[in-house]
Amino acid sequence: MYIVKRLLTMIVTIWLIATLTFIIMKSIPGDPFASDANVLPEEVLQNIRAKYNLDKPLPVQYVLYMKNLLTFDLGPSIQSETRDVNTLIADGFPVSAVLGLQSLVIALLFGILLGIIAALNHNRLLDRLAMFLAIIGISVPSFILAPLLIKYFAVEWKLLPVASWGTWAHSILPSIALATTPMAVIARFMRSSMLEVMQQNYIKTAEAKGLSPATIVIKHGIRNAILPVITFIGPLFAVLITGTFVIEKIFAIPGLGKYFVDSIFNRDYPVILGTTVFFSTILVITLFLVDISYRLIDPRIKLTSNKGD
Amino acid sequence: MSHLLEVEHLKVTFPTYGGEVQAVRDVSFYVDQGEVVAIVGESGSGKTVTVQTIMGLIPAKNIKDGNVRFNGKEILHLSKKEMRKLKGSEIGMVFQDPMTSLNPTMKIGKQIAEGIRKHQKLSKAEAKQKAIELLRLVGIPNAEERYHQYPHEFSGGMRQRVVIAIALACNPKLLIADEPTTALDVTIQAQILDLMKELQKKMGMSIILITHDLGVVAEMAQRVIVMYGGTVVETGTVFDIFENPKHPYTWGLLRSIPNLHDKEKKRLVPIEGSPPDLFSPPKGCPFAPRCPYAMEICVEKNPTPFHISNGHTANCWLNDPRAPKVEAFIAEGRE
Ligand SMILES: Nc1ncnc2c1ncn2[C@@H]1O[C@H](COP(=O)(O)OP(=O)(O)OP(=O)(O)O)[C@@H](O)[C@H]1O
Ligand code: SF4
Ligand SMILES: [Mg+2]
Repeated sequence: MYIVKRLLTMIVTIWLIATLTFIIMKSIPGDPFASDANVLPEEVLQNIRAKYNLDKPLPVQYVLYMKNLLTFDLGPSIQSETRDVNTLIADGFPVSAVLGLQSLVIALLFGILLGIIAALNHNRLLDRLAMFLAIIGISVPSFILAPLLIKYFAVEWKLLPVASWGTWAHSILPSIALATTPMAVIARFMRSSMLEVMQQNYIKTAEAKGLSPATIVIKHGIRNAILPVITFIGPLFAVLITGTFVIEKIFAIPGLGKYFVDSIFNRDYPVILGTTVFFSTILVITLFLVDISYRLIDPRIKLTSNKGD
Repeated sequence: MSHLLEVEHLKVTFPTYGGEVQAVRDVSFYVDQGEVVAIVGESGSGKTVTVQTIMGLIPAKNIKDGNVRFNGKEILHLSKKEMRKLKGSEIGMVFQDPMTSLNPTMKIGKQIAEGIRKHQKLSKAEAKQKAIELLRLVGIPNAEERYHQYPHEFSGGMRQRVVIAIALACNPKLLIADEPTTALDVTIQAQILDLMKELQKKMGMSIILITHDLGVVAEMAQRVIVMYGGTVVETGTVFDIFENPKHPYTWGLLRSIPNLHDKEKKRLVPIEGSPPDLFSPPKGCPFAPRCPYAMEICVEKNPTPFHISNGHTANCWLNDPRAPKVEAFIAEGRE
């Protein structure tokens, strides 16, 4: 029951986002063919407009678009003659996804680790050091960090490729650049969560059982401290996916973020709409999965909303 | 015969921003095999710090002085590893708030079995079996099913039964219960106390019971330790303390319980004044500022324990032969 309800909400959410994007996009002045307007004769323009349904009244355009959306057809791109929006996403998304997921893993793994180390050394040198790093990580934006990483790791020390995409080595620097800020946020969050948990009475109970500090930290501390961090993953995933715009631009990576930015500059309506709908779908699904996993990890939350039967 | 537990001149302090809190200043007492000893005293008098020190839950750097001997062995300066062998096996502890003293994300049964496996060489299955038996022992129905449930599926009283099961998992010689019923409903309180009494008879362990409730003391304990401002001010059998108290603070405590024979419930009469400043405790009797009988010497010199009778001591100058005789005390509250 709960899952069905959630699925329905998800569909409505995606539809709302698609509609809103459609409305906003149509209300922004400008025309995809503006730059070519004086070059192309009026009849040719008419033909092109017809091809993209731009000659029809807005409500009709909307209905046509929604119809296509239902069949998972995101339509043709205006800029690219050869690739439609579906192909663009199929080409670009795997690249962005690898980048985003890799950063997510780095951010979670090191963020959580750093947070735990800091908490267990509360107010001692390691804690201060970890939190100093976290502050730097939070305050230095990725578009500053990325060139620095390139300068040292690629140009001076020649350890990794400067830019572009291909082997796994290509993905390392952009992933680190992308992961740094979320990692720092997670580290701080995990630290305070862990500090709070270690103050709890059940930790005293565990101590009174004579358990070793390692057992107490791992079995009773971390598991409870990590729960609030999991709620972070959904929004974090969104940040990482959308954050790829800048990184993909700096490292010249052919990901979806790059296409998305280009499409906005070019008023490539179908691409803007298509990628937005695609991004929001990914986001909504992620939030759903996080919710489910949260319920699996935390026994206090039940998947069913109806108790007692 | 030597005592099961002996605490001597215990001193515990905590550094804070405001200065050093002298939570426990000079506490000595003993507990014998199979005996229930109650510790009473108002909030902040150092009861919890005292028992947590015995349990090894207070960092060594905070323990400034004193000895704790358990079973004839000094345990205050044991290595952490040796102390962990004692905790949960020889000494068990029940905490005040059952709602927060269980891990919310671990199955109840596992929380019991975990302690068993730490101290006894048992297989997983055997530990599980033992945990189920313990759940039965503390009066939890459907123990097998309950083994797999989480704390949030248990009521407060049921959780406290689980906490007791954890504490008793390895047949400890000493059970420390720090206000085990304060957080529970009145009806549940009685059930938990009955359970503890029953288990004490069955298993024969000693109990240190911290409580604010003198009714509970009369019901459960054989001996009483009265604490005030981080020190023991009077100690004796339940009879000594209730029928022949020799310290004005104890008189105040007794006066503050409602008389059971009263038809209408009287309001509790709290002792006037506030507890001593633990940052800089007075050099004289800590109770002097609130004591209606305070004499000059009380402010000058902290009274040493006066022996009233065998096992009954009171730290009050009034028991000095040179002090003026003070007439009965509780009467005023119970007229
Ligand atoms: N970790 C700590 N840091 C600083 N001060 C502490 C700490 N633990 C206890 N204290 C102080 O020590 C004093 C004694 O506290 P304790 O908890 O032993 O009192 P108590 O007799 O158990 O009171 P209650 O009846 O309220 O439980 C209090 O003033 C308390 O504030
Ligand atoms: S020593 Fe003095 S101040 Fe302290 S309780 Fe006795 S009479 Fe009162
Ligand atoms: Mg206490």
